[in-house]
Amino acid sequence: MKRQLNILLAGLGVLALILSACGPAATTAAPTTAPTPPPPTARPTEPPKPEAAPTAAAPEPPKEGDPYVVGAFFSTTGPTSSLGKPEWGTVAMLTEHLNGDGGILGPDGLMHKLDVRKYDDQSDATKAVEIAKKLIEEDQAVVIIGGSGSPASIAVIETVTNAQVPFISVASSSAIVTAQDGTQNFWVFKTPQQNYPVAQVQADWMKAHSVTKVASLGVNNAFGQDSMVALQTVAKENGFEIVWEGTFEPRDTDFSAQLTDIQGTDAQALIVHATPGEGAPLTVQFRDMGFEIPIVHNHGIGNQAFIDTAKDAAEGVLFPIGKLLVAAQLPDSDPQKATLQQYQSDYIAAFGSKPSTFGGHAWDAFMMVKQALETVGPDSAQIRDYLEANIANWVGISGVFNITAQDHTGIGKESLVLVEIKGGTWVFVDPQDYANVP
Amino acid sequence: MTLQQLAQYLLSGITQGSIYALIALGFVTIYNVTGIINFSQGEFAVIGAFVAITLAQETSLFNGQAVVTLTWPLPLAALAGVVAAVLVGVLLYRLGIQPARHASPLSQIVVTIGASIALRGMVLLAWGTDPYRFPAFTQGKPLKLLGAVVTRQGVWVIGLTVVTVVGLFLFFQYTLIGKALRASSANPGAARLMGINTRRMGLVAFALSAGLSALGGIVITPLTFMTYDRGLMLALKGFVAMIMGGLTNPFGAVIGGLLLGVVESLAAGLISSGYKDAFTFAVLFVVLLVRLGGLLRRGRGEALERAGL
Amino acid sequence: MKAKFSVGQLAVVGLVAVIALVPPLVRNNYQVFILTLIGLYTMLTVGLSLVMGYAGQVSLGHATFYGIGAYATALLSARAGLPSWAALIVAVVITASLGYLLGVPMFRLRGHYLAMGTLGLNIIFSLILKNEAEITGGPSGFTHIPPLSVGPFVFDNDVKMYYLVWVAALAVLALSLNVVHSRVGRALRAIHSSEVAAETLGVDSKAFKLRVFALAAGYAGLAGGLYAQAIHFISPSSFDMLFSIELVTMAAVGGLASVWGSIFGAATVVLLAQFIRDRLGALMEGASGEGEIIVFGLLLVVIMVFLPEGLTAGGLKAIRNWQANRKAESG
Repeated sequence: MKRQLNILLAGLGVLALILSACGPAATTAAPTTAPTPPPPTARPTEPPKPEAAPTAAAPEPPKEGDPYVVGAFFSTTGPTSSLGKPEWGTVAMLTEHLNGDGGILGPDGLMHKLDVRKYDDQSDATKAVEIAKKLIEEDQAVVIIGGSGSPASIAVIETVTNAQVPFISVASSSAIVTAQDGTQNFWVFKTPQQNYPVAQVQADWMKAHSVTKVASLGVNNAFGQDSMVALQTVAKENGFEIVWEGTFEPRDTDFSAQLTDIQGTDAQALIVHATPGEGAPLTVQFRDMGFEIPIVHNHGIGNQAFIDTAKDAAEGVLFPIGKLLVAAQLPDSDPQKATLQQYQSDYIAAFGSKPSTFGGHAWDAFMMVKQALETVGPDSAQIRDYLEANIANWVGISGVFNITAQDHTGIGKESLVLVEIKGGTWVFVDPQDYANVP
Repeated sequence: MTLQQLAQYLLSGITQGSIYALIALGFVTIYNVTGIINFSQGEFAVIGAFVAITLAQETSLFNGQAVVTLTWPLPLAALAGVVAAVLVGVLLYRLGIQPARHASPLSQIVVTIGASIALRGMVLLAWGTDPYRFPAFTQGKPLKLLGAVVTRQGVWVIGLTVVTVVGLFLFFQYTLIGKALRASSANPGAARLMGINTRRMGLVAFALSAGLSALGGIVITPLTFMTYDRGLMLALKGFVAMIMGGLTNPFGAVIGGLLLGVVESLAAGLISSGYKDAFTFAVLFVVLLVRLGGLLRRGRGEALERAGL
Repeated sequence: MKAKFSVGQLAVVGLVAVIALVPPLVRNNYQVFILTLIGLYTMLTVGLSLVMGYAGQVSLGHATFYGIGAYATALLSARAGLPSWAALIVAVVITASLGYLLGVPMFRLRGHYLAMGTLGLNIIFSLILKNEAEITGGPSGFTHIPPLSVGPFVFDNDVKMYYLVWVAALAVLALSLNVVHSRVGRALRAIHSSEVAAETLGVDSKAFKLRVFALAAGYAGLAGGLYAQAIHFISPSSFDMLFSIELVTMAAVGGLASVWGSIFGAATVVLLAQFIRDRLGALMEGASGEGEIIVFGLLLVVIMVFLPEGLTAGGLKAIRNWQANRKAESG
């Protein structure tokens, strides 16, 4: 009895603690950006100038206004962390650059630092919802980017819609932006290509290579599932047959059973839907088992870790990907080339390693938000309208974006290229050469 | 299914199964002496492997904030990995198991679960989520047997398992410490009367099993990579292997492990790849069913003891 | 006796008042949502405490029933077209029944085997959710789950769900207290301390354990259904083995044999996780997830070793012991 009473009192104490902690929107989170440089020392006040003609002297630097609060959440731990880490890093890097220059110039003529509140959703949809609500209610973010994994992104759709805060997702599932009735979710955008155009590029290669039967092996998570469904759709449209279909668990590293089963089929190529964590060991085992058919991945292996881990086995791997990985090989006339190379050098300078396409999706989301803030300021509804109406021919990392009311993704097949891994690096494959690779 | 495929399933299954067998041997060692099932058994494999990796090649730790550029020869790095795992095992015993020895079995189980979680978190913090590996012990193209492929490292894995189980058997049968360990588990009271420090034996058992698992982790890394979260699944599958083998018999554990690997391989290939991990537990339930004489029959708890479980 | 009783009643009334007054006082959907989650996890933890603390059975797969409740509710209301309140009730019944059916073979196992068995159950369940995408939506999840509506009441915002969940949680707690103080509860405690002795006295331990397990499963099913109707989206990763272990942590912190402690355990774990995310996340860029994992693992170990009765009861006992020792020394 007494013990129960004590426990009850303790429970009440906890609730009391909660209540005391719930001040009005107290910012409990320490900002996770790099420490901002100290504000400029106060300029000595000048006597009011007489009404003379405006001089051509150097203009005074704009004064500083309140920081703009941007919300962000990525999966830096858990199964989706290989995507979340570069996304987080990219956003941190861009924030530091911008704030180092004093922030962005708002429509009110004042400089505004960006206060980016970043959180880790641990690859969990429930935590993503928690974070979204926190960003909206407590951090008062006017716009949110992130959601490395599709479930996390889908889970927050309702929260951002009810709160009327625009959300740019960095995950690839079409269900993020497309509602059940086919219209686009009003408050939700996303920057990665769908999985469908990726499958289309794979189909183009298959046609050129006279491949009509393929085996499809994918990771059993939302990304893999969506990619495999896209392949099924493209298969029907292009008349090739998926003779074997199977999955493996995320972070599994033994695929011998699946590969052995595939050996018994007449598949002419293996299409893999994986992220680097599994994609590399799979490719290694594939080669070890003596397969002679080509292996084609999807856009989940767009980072250096794949090549580093798979080493020799990576030779001859084909995959459709955004242009980032082969930026140097693009013709100078390509509108993306300069932006891509700038991102590459910035990322290498900041982290000592090459950027991946995942980080690129976060770059696109962040820069779109920056542009919106510069034009319309910290108003959620106006930001949303701006994103829908003004992102046209917008040069980003993942592609050249054209966002419309009917298409909240804005990029498709034209943003992808086929890449072959040769000599330990990525080599652009011209569509005319599809028949000759690998 | 061709003969070549069957051979491949068997060969891959035996290779994977050897991994489970190595972990199971660690379980058996601890259980034999202390009666505890250590849920963090798999973490020893992970820690041993990662320490060896770090010492053998340039590795960046703590999300790039520290870079270790040692490149020790592999045998030395492997030894260091084993030592590191043994240290962790000793710490775990001293800080977690010994203080809880009077607690209920439930509490002891939960302690080892908590330990496995904490260890996993520390590994994650240090090495991140990427898969790592080091080169195979011997280089060369994979070998072929009946058209089935086994990599050279796979041969090392199978070989090490055989050597280990024989070594353990000899250890328990013929060395003084081995016999002392067996005495502590069979009859702690009598053992103490004979001057055996049973508490120290528990420590020895933990240290030994940590070392065994670490060895297992190191030898499988060139084959199937090592990631921070492999520990739990390794532990679960090792545990199932141990049950299949009869809990106290090292040879049984190895047979159990190999059987488990083969069944998993065949089922994943022939039935459904998506359910591969489920087959482990299906096997577990079947084995327990057989042992208990049926999972649905109403019976008394003693049936478990009589069945040697 | 009478005096203690009324203080206890006062405390309960106080608790209910606090719960009722939070949303209007706090006016912060995020905090309300966190408290709603605590309410859901309380329901889960209470069942687990009964199973582990009173019946003495290890269950490392409790998230399975959470998931069964969630998916059953989702399928029945979104696919089969049942009204949402009916879907919820049917889901609870299904989950409790499955708890009973699965308990029959499970409880022939003891100790480690039972632990493994429950873990295996969870793993198999997760795989079914991921592989049978036609039914469950697969890893991408199941979306557009309708909110609960009973007649004119539609629970479609954070505050309404908060009240609904806490009413349910308090009902679950009341029911559990009833069980604990009843014949069943006494039988359970007898079984826990010595099963053989209990059986010689005529207690059918198997039947009692099964009933508690089914009850706990039912609680979890209710929590799962409410979760589905609160977030309107469910995916397999929310019901995996790792969450089961998180639930064990909550039960351990609150005290394995304590009904009221379950609120405390659930609240502590949720708030601690938040705290780590906010504070540690600033210290180590993006490393809050790892920090959380380590802290919870260590917490489990420490509690099980030093405070097996949970943080409050154990802590209070320790303080009382220390006070008694001080008195003995000086007296």
